[in-house]
Amino acid sequence: MDKYRKQFPIFKQKINGKPLIYFDNAATTQKPKQVIDAIKNYYETANSNVHRSMNPLGEKATKMYEGARKTVAQFIGAKNSEEIIFTKNATESLNLIAKTLGKKILKKGDTIVLAITEHHSNVVPWLELKKEIGIDLLYILLDENGNFDMEAAKKHLSEKNVKILSIAHASNALGTILPIEEIIKVAKINKVIVIVDVAQSVAHIPIDVQRLGCDFLVFSGHKMYGPTGIGVVWGRKKILESMPLFLGGGDMILEVTQDDFIAKELPWKFEAGTPHIAGAIGLAAAVEYLQSIGFEKIQKIEKELTEYLYKKLSSLEILEIYGPKTDKNHLPLYAFNVKGVHAHDVADLLGNAGICIRAGHHCTMPLHRFLGIPASARASLAFYNTKEEIDIFVKALIEIHKKFK
Amino acid sequence: MDIYSQNILDHYKNPRNFGKISKPSASQYEANLTCGDIFDIDLKIEKGKIIDMKFRGEGCAISMASASILSEYLIGKNINNIQQMKDKDMLGLLGIAVSERRKNCALLGFSGAKKALLNYFNK
Repeated sequence: MDKYRKQFPIFKQKINGKPLIYFDNAATTQKPKQVIDAIKNYYETANSNVHRSMNPLGEKATKMYEGARKTVAQFIGAKNSEEIIFTKNATESLNLIAKTLGKKILKKGDTIVLAITEHHSNVVPWLELKKEIGIDLLYILLDENGNFDMEAAKKHLSEKNVKILSIAHASNALGTILPIEEIIKVAKINKVIVIVDVAQSVAHIPIDVQRLGCDFLVFSGHKMYGPTGIGVVWGRKKILESMPLFLGGGDMILEVTQDDFIAKELPWKFEAGTPHIAGAIGLAAAVEYLQSIGFEKIQKIEKELTEYLYKKLSSLEILEIYGPKTDKNHLPLYAFNVKGVHAHDVADLLGNAGICIRAGHHCTMPLHRFLGIPASARASLAFYNTKEEIDIFVKALIEIHKKFK
Repeated sequence: MDIYSQNILDHYKNPRNFGKISKPSASQYEANLTCGDIFDIDLKIEKGKIIDMKFRGEGCAISMASASILSEYLIGKNINNIQQMKDKDMLGLLGIAVSERRKNCALLGFSGAKKALLNYFNK
């Protein structure tokens, strides 16, 4: 494990004299040297504008940017790189789809199906359309064990007027991995357009859009060891071509006159203005970094971490753990509360001990309301974390509980 | 200094003036949505004086303790006192060094009380 850890410069630092234990990977992962170097290298050797600067640097930058697009396309099994649109993050990706495809095809009374576990980024854009057009939102709730309710999904997806299913592959708040292929099959039987948000799973599980059979896929770069400020929409070419434009400006046009314009073809028609070139290059470096380790290895390490974390946390009576009580089909992530202590205080005290976690509602207020809790603490691990860190974390939780007793 | 001093923990576990005023002169709902803390604050004002303050809701140790300490401080004070109070005065009342990331918690009750007073004036 040390081998990988050394590749992340941030772990050299101490917090309050204690080694940094970073358990907030679901918020954003740390960046390996390979990614930092790729960004640095771009700015030091190729910085220029893409698609327009008729100079050697412009050519180099364009080649690197479009090369990044190819790398990302191959990473998720896209048939061609035109289907990859760079955005600033998964939130913008979901907004892009809602505000172009959504506005085009949805009419008053049409229904969007979501899971109750969705992140606000997959709720608010649809709520905007609810206000604007009068569409309905239908949530798939959790069953009595806190699992995704497949029976409810089957029922909701077969209701008439359901046009779109927009769903996260894994819950950022609970850590549960949904049976996404099965869900998509049900949606497709009912001829429902499927958008899958893999922001939370893409760093942990290999993704193949052909095998999934979805129509759109979105994710952020920064939750998979890439930089912030870069995200992706993958969509089926035919649908993307039929969609209206998102933002207007430079780079997305072929021709502009005083009275009219002609938009460019895919993927640039959705990328107005100078894009985050360094971000795309950094994201491609993150993809290559993940591939150099291999998902087999990552999954093996993370499975052990998930099992160990669950074993330790579930043995503590001072904790209440949310979501299904299992380490199967689960990210190395658990949401919990220390009994008698507010999540914010837990996070603050852990922070003083050099342990970074998240406290709050994790951008899932509908889920927290459904669970009937105002806030929770969340520990989310990555393959560079260790069992020793889990031990220190658990000890710290016990200390915090004692302090408030 | 440990911000979870005995005094803070005591106010957290046994918040003073926790509850509801049946006919308040002014009220305010105040939430810190980044962490999920929510307070309802009631003020009872007579002859320019705060004769009662009650708050209820959910919050972390810092937000609960600071609202509790604030209520003890304000009851009996002239309303001009709150109007003139600044954030730093509230932090001073708390008597602990609050980090930047906890300032919102420490000021939640105070901000609610100030807004309640504004509602009172705008009535």
